[in-house]
Amino acid sequence: MGAPKDVTDASFADDVLMSEKPVIVDFWAEWCGPCKMVAPILTEIAAENDGIVVAKLNVDENPQTAASYGITSIPTMNVYKGGQVVKTIIGAKPKAALLADLADFL
Amino acid sequence: MSDVRNVIIIGSGPAGYTAAVYAARAQLNPLVFEGAVTAGGALMNTTEVENYPGFAEGIMGPQLMEEMRKQAERFGAELITDDVTDVKLDGDVKTVTDGSGRTYQAQAVILAMGSGYRELGLENEKRLSGHGVSWCATCDGFFFREQEIAVVGGGDTAAEEATFLTRFAKKVYLIHRRDELRASKVMAERVLTNEKIEPVWNSQVVDVLGEDKVSGIVIEDTVTGEKRELPVTGLFIAIGHDPRSELVRGVVDVDDEGYVTVEAPTTRTNVEGVFACGDLVDHAYRQAITAAGTGCSAALDAERFLAARVG
Repeated sequence: MGAPKDVTDASFADDVLMSEKPVIVDFWAEWCGPCKMVAPILTEIAAENDGIVVAKLNVDENPQTAASYGITSIPTMNVYKGGQVVKTIIGAKPKAALLADLADFL
Repeated sequence: MSDVRNVIIIGSGPAGYTAAVYAARAQLNPLVFEGAVTAGGALMNTTEVENYPGFAEGIMGPQLMEEMRKQAERFGAELITDDVTDVKLDGDVKTVTDGSGRTYQAQAVILAMGSGYRELGLENEKRLSGHGVSWCATCDGFFFREQEIAVVGGGDTAAEEATFLTRFAKKVYLIHRRDELRASKVMAERVLTNEKIEPVWNSQVVDVLGEDKVSGIVIEDTVTGEKRELPVTGLFIAIGHDPRSELVRGVVDVDDEGYVTVEAPTTRTNVEGVFACGDLVDHAYRQAITAAGTGCSAALDAERFLAARVG
């Protein structure tokens, strides 16, 4: 439980790929309206759930990671488990819908 | 009746927030359902708004909405960031159910749900959505640096998106089914003088190609019926909007296109105590300022309705 963690191109391997817990990474940017909608929902999910790590990656400042995962739309939320993408959620969604998508990892 | 509020506002674009500002200042303690992910409305997906009066240098769409939201809150509007899933609007007390199943009651309801983007209706459009097919140039343009992409549509949104996307893309095809743009003169002029934009007239998109991501589109000439492929990696769809009136259809009168009808120049619907404003009603102007204007009217109409009832 806690606050979303900011991750970068440099820290992605350590913070996300090597994580023992599953990690949901929110690919976002300052200029993206729907990203602003989904951010507080992810903050709540981070505060309320112990089973998953919530991370945020600013695509503007960290273009390599976004490119290597073929991100072409934000917000995109990828769930990583054991270094692999196990779930991709594209676009802002209500909290109930996000929780349903993440049910396997919470 | 103590749990029955004065007014509930459904929607949170310029119309909903302006109605909230006016209703709150009239001490009606409005309850606003902002929408779970649509809070702020269509302007949340835009960049610079250059034509909203009072901002000589322009203002970013999301910032304008944040300011309106704060202004409504400052006067005591209660904001709930959730969707409304059901309404019961007949009778003296209206009931509204939100996404978590809670119900709320009020004497008056203001409808301001706005409009949602229209889809092409192609099977591959849905499948490749988020993988090259996009409805938000400001969100996704960044990912198409030095690539060739297409915008489909001929209105202001299409023109604005095409122009915006030239910041990133090597080339932008603007595909329109007619031979001239419907966009305002200033926007059309920007498109037609931009070297990176190539208009493709009299054409419509009939298929989107690609396995995991967009690799091209098929366009059909609306005059000759001839089909050809354009090798683009992104397709931005801006072919218009439809009113988000599903929630109230069958209860409140709507026109053939689904827009809620009102007794103009008021915002009264055919149901007593129910008012409607913004893009949910307006298919003629659809501007932030006209939405804000009718949002104000709706709050004043609701205020008078409530006063007459007490009196």
